[in-house]
Amino acid sequence: MRRLVALLFGLLLVLTASLPARAKDDLVIGITQFPSTLHPNLDSMMAKTYVLAMTTRPLTAFNAKWQLVCMLCERLPSFDNGQAKREKTPDGKPGVALTFTLRPDLFWGDGVPVTTQDVLFTWEMGKHPQSGVANGEMYRRILAIDVQDDKTFTLHLDRLTFDYNVMNGLTPIPAHLERAAFLADPAQYRVRNGYDQKPAQPGLYNGPYVITQVVAGSHLVLEPNRFWKGSQPAFKRLVVRSVENTAALEAQLLSGGIDMIAGELGLPLEQALALEKRADPRFRIVTKSGLVFEHVDVNLDSPILSDRTLRQALMYGLDRQSMNRQLFDGRQPVADSSVNPLDGIYAADVPKYSYDPAKAAKMLDDAGWKMAGGLRRNAQGQALTLELMTTAGNRSRELVSQVIQAQWRKLGIDVRLKAEAPRVFFAETVTKRRFAHLALYAWISAPESVPRTTLHSTQIPTEANAWAGQNNPGYANPVMDTLLDNIETELDVPERRQLWRQLQHLYATDLPALPLFFRADSYVLPRQLEGLEPTGHQDPSTLWVENWRWRP
Amino acid sequence: MTGWLTSRLLQSLAVLLVMSVAVHGLMALMPGDPIDLMIASDPHLNAADAIRLKALYGLDKPWGERYLAWAGQVMRGELGYSRLFAKPVLQIMGPAIANSLTLMGTALILSLLAALPLGILASRHQGGWADHLVNAISFASVSLPTFWLGLMLMVLFSVKLGWLPAGGMQSLTGDGGGVLDSLRHMALPVATLAIAGIGQYARHTRAAMLNEAAQDYIRTAKAKGCTPRRLVWRHQFRNALLPLVTLLGLEFGNLFSGALITETVFGWPGMGKLIADSVMGNDFNLALTALMLATAMTLLGSVLADLTMARLDPRIKYR
Repeated sequence: MRRLVALLFGLLLVLTASLPARAKDDLVIGITQFPSTLHPNLDSMMAKTYVLAMTTRPLTAFNAKWQLVCMLCERLPSFDNGQAKREKTPDGKPGVALTFTLRPDLFWGDGVPVTTQDVLFTWEMGKHPQSGVANGEMYRRILAIDVQDDKTFTLHLDRLTFDYNVMNGLTPIPAHLERAAFLADPAQYRVRNGYDQKPAQPGLYNGPYVITQVVAGSHLVLEPNRFWKGSQPAFKRLVVRSVENTAALEAQLLSGGIDMIAGELGLPLEQALALEKRADPRFRIVTKSGLVFEHVDVNLDSPILSDRTLRQALMYGLDRQSMNRQLFDGRQPVADSSVNPLDGIYAADVPKYSYDPAKAAKMLDDAGWKMAGGLRRNAQGQALTLELMTTAGNRSRELVSQVIQAQWRKLGIDVRLKAEAPRVFFAETVTKRRFAHLALYAWISAPESVPRTTLHSTQIPTEANAWAGQNNPGYANPVMDTLLDNIETELDVPERRQLWRQLQHLYATDLPALPLFFRADSYVLPRQLEGLEPTGHQDPSTLWVENWRWRP
Repeated sequence: MTGWLTSRLLQSLAVLLVMSVAVHGLMALMPGDPIDLMIASDPHLNAADAIRLKALYGLDKPWGERYLAWAGQVMRGELGYSRLFAKPVLQIMGPAIANSLTLMGTALILSLLAALPLGILASRHQGGWADHLVNAISFASVSLPTFWLGLMLMVLFSVKLGWLPAGGMQSLTGDGGGVLDSLRHMALPVATLAIAGIGQYARHTRAAMLNEAAQDYIRTAKAKGCTPRRLVWRHQFRNALLPLVTLLGLEFGNLFSGALITETVFGWPGMGKLIADSVMGNDFNLALTALMLATAMTLLGSVLADLTMARLDPRIKYR
């Protein structure tokens, strides 16, 4: 027994000796999700987007200033520079031809140049019905590709929209490595592609880094791409470690196991704020509010909520500024509509709902809901009871739900809260419109993203359309439909801005969803790290990872 | 013995068959399928995409047809590909099983090394201070949630003292990666599981030892002048092992199904996390194989326990 105790004590001493020293040119990034697949075009998952942005570049992307920029191309096609030309599609509709030229200094990690053949193969793979690509929309939009030479090609699009030159989803994959696997069996390509079978092949990547090691469920190691000709990355080794539990993630940061926590997939704001209050001199917290729109969807089929006056009264009864101050330290701007004030098409004169309980009470009275015994009731004696659903386990949303419940209770509205597991909430309750009254969640979008899928009447999910479309409130307004159609095809910027203004006014008046906040991402960064610019939209900060470096 | 073994094997096969139907059926009953989740997260996915993808993943077929297709595939020796990880099922499960076995096996051994002496100590001083102390330790061990315990150990040894890494299986930078480095990374998750396991084994050992202490053969051994040390270790403990062996046999399956909470807290890529992810992600091939393996190992553990008991106790005969 004594020998055993001595042995254990000795082992403890050895184990608790000083931890291995951290190399200065390494950076370990903590995220809360592990990418299940690494193929750029199959499935969509934020963890995959975050990691792949360091290794694989799309044709275009939105930068941190929310401007569209070329990533692989030399110049963005436009009508002004002659690289975009109007044309008719084979069925006579207005289309557009876009000519892109790939940068001459682009190479895959095995030294093979990136060429138009890669773009062509990516399109052929993407539009194949059995390839397993989840979102076929972008590939269907491209009617044909004319290859002019190794670097120049012309895309023929089936429609002419204002965002004709946005090709953020077109991420070329290497034809010289992937074509054979795809042609051998297109239906099995989704499980037999190189990204998932042999992800450490340098030739799969064309960005500043290549993936050199994948330990499923734990971490990925990235090292510089020897053939990258752009700005040279500062770190010899990047490690992306997945720690799903955010308390454990924070502990790993504080103990030095990881250097930083990504804002895109990291700590919830309230946890980051608590960490900030500890004033640890090693870290700085950067919060960036962006295009994650927290809102409450309203089921417009509900007899109670189909009344617009009542929805407006609910908005006047919400003190969102106070919620923002109390819960989020003022970091999550209150939303007036689904358009973020940072977006160029934001209309400053959109109707705003500042907290006015007296006005809310009067509107409820006028709508026929009178106070009786502490609750509002209609002429039939029915109490004004609403069910507010949200995702279980999301602390921030659960807190917001409770505050909404308390604030509306003061108006005499009985709010019942119900939290569901995200899987059930998103796949069943929201998508299949099974929420009785209200559903609190968020949308993420890109700058100047037309909310067709959330507001157009053709996008209401039904069994007939396999529950596709995101118009979960069931909003159908011909004026909104026309605005959405017109915005998409209006190329004149001032004209389009006017249409956007009308859309925001209609949204804020009709209130198919009750706008709450634009969520802020929290980046926990080492003080010496510079060059990381949070974007606040779908394109992650890692798309510019070559600019990250330690401050000298 | 052969007849008994054949009977147990047939029983085990029947249990596995029932389990496969139940697990497959329950997963199919879960609300929403992977394509519904994709629709919810991708605004550009339209009805045609949804129908195409459901057909591609075989989700458009009735449940019975899907189950029979899976069972037929397994009978041919093909476990298929994981839908979530786009890799052959065995390729994903192999490292996860090794990780879970290492973690849970080490924790189990440490638990037993601590619990058996504590249980014996408590039984020898029934009602005394040692018994009360062991009882307190046991109840604390059983009552502490592993999630909380893991985080507290992490805060103390990693954040405050900086002695041990807070998670993962090896250092990802610097000179990490050796045996010592791996042991350092194992220390906290193993300690969490070991501490959580001590209570039940100590309590069972104490109860079994007290039960044996009241037996006639102990009194006879004492009367014959047997030394206390020999009495405990040669006679009493050997017989007290029988219920513990049954308990350990049932634990055998757990070694292969991992420890979800501890693995999640410490970022340890083991079977617990893999099974949870595969079930939640409707990855039928992966989830069913992993759960069938855990069931099979539990059944095997039970058979091994029975055989061990027969070895330890000559009165037990299987026919």
